[in-house]
Amino acid sequence: MTTLAAIEDLSVAFRQGSRSVTALDSVNLTINSGERLAIIGESGSGKSTLALALAGLLPASAEQIGKIHWPNGRPLPGRDIGMVFQDPSASLDPVLTIGEQVAEGAVAHLGLDWKAARLRARDLLARVQLPDPQSLLHAFPHQLSGGQRQRVAIAAAIAAGPVLLIADEATSALDTIVQAEIVALLRSLVAEEGMTLLFITHDIALASSLADRIAVFRQAKLVEIGTSADITRHPREFYTASLLAAHIDLTTPPLIGERA
Amino acid sequence: MTALLAAEGLGKSFRRGGVRLAAVEGASFSVDAGETLGIVGPSGSGKTTLARLIMRLIDADMGTLCFEGSDLFALRGKALRATRKRFQMVFQDPLAALNPRASVADVIGDPLRIHRLSDRASRPAAIARLLDRVGLPAALASRAVHEISGGQRQRVAIARALATKPRLIVLDEAVSALDVSVRAHILKLLVELQAESGISYIFVSHDIAVVRAIAHRIAIMDHGRIVETGPTAQVIAAPQSATGKALIAAVPRLMPAQD
Amino acid sequence: MSLVARFTRSPEGLFGAAVLAALIVIALGAPFLFPRDPLSIVGPPLTAPFTNWSLPLGTDRLGRDVLAELVHGSRASLLVGFAATLAAIIIGASVGTVAGFAGGLVDEVLMRVVDAFQTVPGFLLALAFVSVIGASLPVVVLAIALGAWTGPARLARAEVLSLRERDYVAAARVIGMHPAEIAFRQILPNALAPVLALSAVIVAGAILTEAALSFLGLGDPNIVTWGSMIAEGRAVLRSAPFLSIIPGIALVVTVLGVYLFGEGLSEALSRRAVRS
Repeated sequence: MTTLAAIEDLSVAFRQGSRSVTALDSVNLTINSGERLAIIGESGSGKSTLALALAGLLPASAEQIGKIHWPNGRPLPGRDIGMVFQDPSASLDPVLTIGEQVAEGAVAHLGLDWKAARLRARDLLARVQLPDPQSLLHAFPHQLSGGQRQRVAIAAAIAAGPVLLIADEATSALDTIVQAEIVALLRSLVAEEGMTLLFITHDIALASSLADRIAVFRQAKLVEIGTSADITRHPREFYTASLLAAHIDLTTPPLIGERA
Repeated sequence: MTALLAAEGLGKSFRRGGVRLAAVEGASFSVDAGETLGIVGPSGSGKTTLARLIMRLIDADMGTLCFEGSDLFALRGKALRATRKRFQMVFQDPLAALNPRASVADVIGDPLRIHRLSDRASRPAAIARLLDRVGLPAALASRAVHEISGGQRQRVAIARALATKPRLIVLDEAVSALDVSVRAHILKLLVELQAESGISYIFVSHDIAVVRAIAHRIAIMDHGRIVETGPTAQVIAAPQSATGKALIAAVPRLMPAQD
Repeated sequence: MSLVARFTRSPEGLFGAAVLAALIVIALGAPFLFPRDPLSIVGPPLTAPFTNWSLPLGTDRLGRDVLAELVHGSRASLLVGFAATLAAIIIGASVGTVAGFAGGLVDEVLMRVVDAFQTVPGFLLALAFVSVIGASLPVVVLAIALGAWTGPARLARAEVLSLRERDYVAAARVIGMHPAEIAFRQILPNALAPVLALSAVIVAGAILTEAALSFLGLGDPNIVTWGSMIAEGRAVLRSAPFLSIIPGIALVVTVLGVYLFGEGLSEALSRRAVRS
């Protein structure tokens, strides 16, 4: 397994007035090329901060100690790393057409002219399984549903052919049916392109259905990391076990008894 | 036995740029005393509109709604406000559903004050009792809403809903915005409160697994219509509608990735 | 971070606050600094400034102490400025809240009223009002407020329209709160922030309008104001320009100070919105 990125003793803190809030605390983590790694955590766990640190999107006021090693050279955000965020209505520019937003990455990083980039955008929209890509190029984000917007965001993220795709709670704002479709889309895209996937979520079952490895975060620290099978069947840490216990699915015993 | 709440043929449509879109169409269902009806559907199915119709936050275009034997749609103004003691609501995002400038005591005290359920002198004690019922320390009353955690905020929202001793509470995606470990606690709290006081719930959600955990009966919605109803175990084991089947198939399962 | 802490981070806000504080101190201290009636004659007329230490800023055409007039004049400016702004905000925020919350016909009617007031230039409206009713301080305050209330009304209405859709407003309806209480106790306090940010600009405008009215002889004739001082100096503008320039500078500094204070305040208020 070749290493895509090695995170060494990474700590990130944000200043809020006179106080310093620790978002990540001495995190050591290796991301292997081509793997699907899930980051699980609840609010305040630092999982989104980790994504921002990898993508180089931390605000200037953030204090970062420790390093991230990229053996194949520092990645260029946009070209080598694509990112999909949680809120599909906030990550697309409401005044630009879908075509412009998807093609932008190709124009900026692949040096294509707008005509070629638009063709590429149309192909990408077809790959993310959106209907009628040609007319969609001229549509605006508000004309699409949340799930469709998220597909557009994915198309825009992979437009320049990145090696790493980061999905930060990309399905959390969607209903379960659309969520399942998006997860299936990510699975197939990542396999076809040979991308590495970093999938951030609070849902441990979702993570286990998509990822090869799962890393569990809690209050800025990495608690446990292992294969999906190990984490879900033989968790070593109490916190991981409690997350598994709190998970509700169709096999969880109902909280109410049968009514007479 | 007459149902606590009975809806017949509820309909509501909105006009969007000259086109009439039916958000809810022909919805009929009932809820008995002490039971939980789960309303599940994908986004855009009309479940939130239905919840707001029941709560009289928006007016239905057609249909009837019978609550405690009388026509709920006939009430207006002061009479409606007085009847609101009997049916309450908990919203999805507790930070958005509580006045950002308020303290916990303000939030819980409002319904007590509005419906004159306790005078100013005895209000702190009433608030402390409600906080205790939802598992929060009495000292939280003086804290501001934005200072407490998400789980605590939703408990405060539930305490506010309980303040007027309602017979029915409508919960609209009430645990969807909460952390996973907090979710289970809130659901347990709701079930305990129901066992103690015989209160009924209408639990609206897009996640059928969560609804299954606390609902006695499930109604599945899609495109504004109720496409399936039945006892929970039956609907889950053998869904008849395409939407029901899709909702069940979409529940993430704890299993390692298939390559 | 508290509002005060955020405010102290902006240099222009601090400068404005300093100017405003100094002015308030001077205005309040006027009866102690210059206990004699500023309109009383104390020395030879048209004494130049900085020539006589007991009359630091000289005297006007009738021999009145310019410094005493200046200090007493600040009272009128600040009083009218704040009072008119307070009236404008109270009227405007109330109308805007009712319009935004009620919607429908009420909203339409109220907004046409706002339009009507807004199409008349504020100064002309004040001018007409004072001419008809007669010049006195309360009338001047009301006249200025009549021109200034439309800005806060529109701002308040815009905020209310967006706040009205929030879940906490729906929650207030669900618990049976009376619509008036929802509008004025739940929505309005949260809608005030942009209105308060505008208030400094209104104060600055009110001070200038008052000065202009006084300059035209339509201010309160019984008190000394900076506008009336400038008017007095008009007759001797060539020979003793200091009589008009000094109150003019005072006006500029005051308005600048108020405006910068408002900038600092609105920045501090908006920074909180960005963070949360």
